[in-house]
Amino acid sequence: MIPVPYYLVISAVLFITGAIGVLMRRNALIMLMSLELMLNAVNLSFVAYARMLNDTGGHVIVFLNIAVAAAEAVVGLAILLTIFRNRETVNIDHLNLMRH
Amino acid sequence: MEAAALLEGTAALLPHITVLVTGLVVLVLDLFLPPRGLGQAGSRWATEAVSLVGLALAFACALAQAGDEPRAVFMGMAVVDGLGTFFNAVFVLIAALTVLLSAHYVRREDIRPGEYYALILFATLGFMFVGSSSDLVMMFLAIETFSMATYILAGLLRDTPRSLESAFKYFMLGSFSSAFFLYGIATLYGALGTTNLLALSQAMSAEGTSPLLLMGMGLLIVGLGFKVAVVPFHMWAPDVYEGAPTAVTAFMTAGPKAAAFAALLRVFAQGFGAPAFSEEWVPIFAVLAALTMLLGNIVAIVQQSVKRMLAYSSIAHAGYAFVALVAHNAAGAGSILYYLVAYTFMSLGAFTVLMIVARRDDQRHVFDDYAGLGATNPALAAIMSLFMFALAGFPPTAGFAGKFYVFSAAAQSGYYVLALIGVLTSVISVVYYARVVILMYMHEPDAEAPRIRLAPTSVAALSVTAFGVLYLGIFPGGVMQLAARSVAFLFPG
Repeated sequence: MIPVPYYLVISAVLFITGAIGVLMRRNALIMLMSLELMLNAVNLSFVAYARMLNDTGGHVIVFLNIAVAAAEAVVGLAILLTIFRNRETVNIDHLNLMRH
Repeated sequence: MEAAALLEGTAALLPHITVLVTGLVVLVLDLFLPPRGLGQAGSRWATEAVSLVGLALAFACALAQAGDEPRAVFMGMAVVDGLGTFFNAVFVLIAALTVLLSAHYVRREDIRPGEYYALILFATLGFMFVGSSSDLVMMFLAIETFSMATYILAGLLRDTPRSLESAFKYFMLGSFSSAFFLYGIATLYGALGTTNLLALSQAMSAEGTSPLLLMGMGLLIVGLGFKVAVVPFHMWAPDVYEGAPTAVTAFMTAGPKAAAFAALLRVFAQGFGAPAFSEEWVPIFAVLAALTMLLGNIVAIVQQSVKRMLAYSSIAHAGYAFVALVAHNAAGAGSILYYLVAYTFMSLGAFTVLMIVARRDDQRHVFDDYAGLGATNPALAAIMSLFMFALAGFPPTAGFAGKFYVFSAAAQSGYYVLALIGVLTSVISVVYYARVVILMYMHEPDAEAPRIRLAPTSVAALSVTAFGVLYLGIFPGGVMQLAARSVAFLFPG
C-alpha cells in the first residue's frame, strides 16, 4: 500500500501547480481549469487525512467540496461566456478597462 | 438526528431561515409578475416590499435571540451566541439598506428586480451563516454561498464590459482565495482530526503547536486576507469595486467585508484565541494592518475617480478594523463590531450619493462630476460632506468614535506604533476626502450635466445612513455596550 504522506505530497504539488496556473496563464478557460485543480488537490488531502485518521468526516467533506466546485464552475463559465459574447476574447490581457 | 434536536436547531436558526424563505419567495414571485409593460412598476414594488418585510421579520427574529444562552445546534455546525446574534442583526440591516438604495438604481439601469433582490438575500444568508458557524466546513460553505451571489451581482450589467470585467476578476481571485481557505481547513483537519472550532481549540491546547498546524493557520490567513482585502491580498479590490454596478459596490464594501471579519473573529479570536497560539498570528496581523492602512490611504490620494478612491478607502478602513483584531482583547473585539456598524452606515451612505450623482448608465464617477454640487443640489452636497467627514474620522460622527475605540483598544494591548500609524494615516486620508468637499462647494458646476433627481427611496436610504452616522457618533455608548456584551464570552475573566 502506498503510504499516506505520498498522497499529501502529490496533493501539495497539484495545489501549487494549480495556483501557478491561475497566476501565470492568460487564457481564462485554463485559469478556470487550474482553479478546479486546486480544489481537487485539496480534496485529495482531505481523503488522505481521513484515511490516516480513520475518520469518515474527511470523506463527507469531499462530497461537499465537489458540489461547491461544480457550483463555482457554473458561475465562472457563465461569467466567461458573457464576456466572450461581449468582447469575443477570453484572454485576460484584454480585460484591462480599469488600469489607470 | 432526533426530532427534538432538529426542532431546536430550526428554531435557533430562525433568522437565517426567514432570509432564505424570503429569497426563495422573491425568486418564485418573479415568475408570476409581469416583467415588462404596465405591470413592471408594480412588479418592482412588490419584490422590494416582500424583501423588506422578510428582512424586518428576520431582524425581529435576530433581536429575539439577544441575550440567549450560547448553544450549539445541528451537531456543532452552528451556534447561537452573542457574536452570531449581533452579526445577524448587522447583516440584515445591510441588506435592508441595500434594498432601499438599490430601488432607484434598479429602475434607472433597468435591472430585473427578481434576480437582483434574490441574490442580495442569498448573499445575506451566506453572511449570516458565516457569523453563526462553529465549524470550518460550515464556514467555508457559507463563504462560498455569499461569494457566488456577489460574483453574479458584480456582473449584473451584462452589456457593460466594466461590470463583466469586475465580475471575472472578483470570481477568479475570490475562488483562488477560497481554495487557500479550504486547503487550510484540510491541513488543520489533518493536524488535529476535527474541523469544529471549539474542538480545534481544545485539541490545540492539549497538543501544542506543530508545523502542520502553523501551515494550516497561515493558509487560513491568506484565504481570509483575500476576502477582507488586506494588503498584500488587496489587488483585486479596486478594480472590482470600480467596475461593479454602484449599488452592488455599496453592498460589497459593507456585507462581504463584515462577514469576513465575522469569520476572522470566529477563527482567530475564538478558535486560535489561546495565548500560546495568538502569539503566532498576532505579529502577522499587526504587519498586515500597518501595510493596509498605509497603502490604502496613500494610494487613495492619487485616484481620479471618486468610486476608485472609495475602493481604496474601503481597504484602508479594513486596516483600521484589523488593528482591533491585533489588540486581541475584549475592548478590541467589541470595537470591531462597533467599527463595522459605523462603516456600514458611512460606506452605504457615501455610495448612495455616488449612485445618484453617476446618473443614467452609471458613468459619472470622476472628481469633476462633483464640482459645484453644493450650488446645484445643496442637500445632497451637505449629506455627502457628512459622509466624507465621517470616513475621515471627524467628531461628532461614527467614524471618529469607531477609530477612537479601535486605537484605544490597540493602545491598551501595548500596540502604540499601530495606533500611531492609524492616527497618522487618518490625517493623510483627510486630503482625499476633503477634495470632494472642496470640489462640491468651491467650484463652478458643469452647466451641461443633466439635473439630478432624487427618488424617495434614495432619500430614505440617505436619511437612515446619515442618522446612523450621527447617532453612532454622538451617542456611541449604547451600541458599544451592546458590542462589548456580544463578545464578552470570547475573553472570559
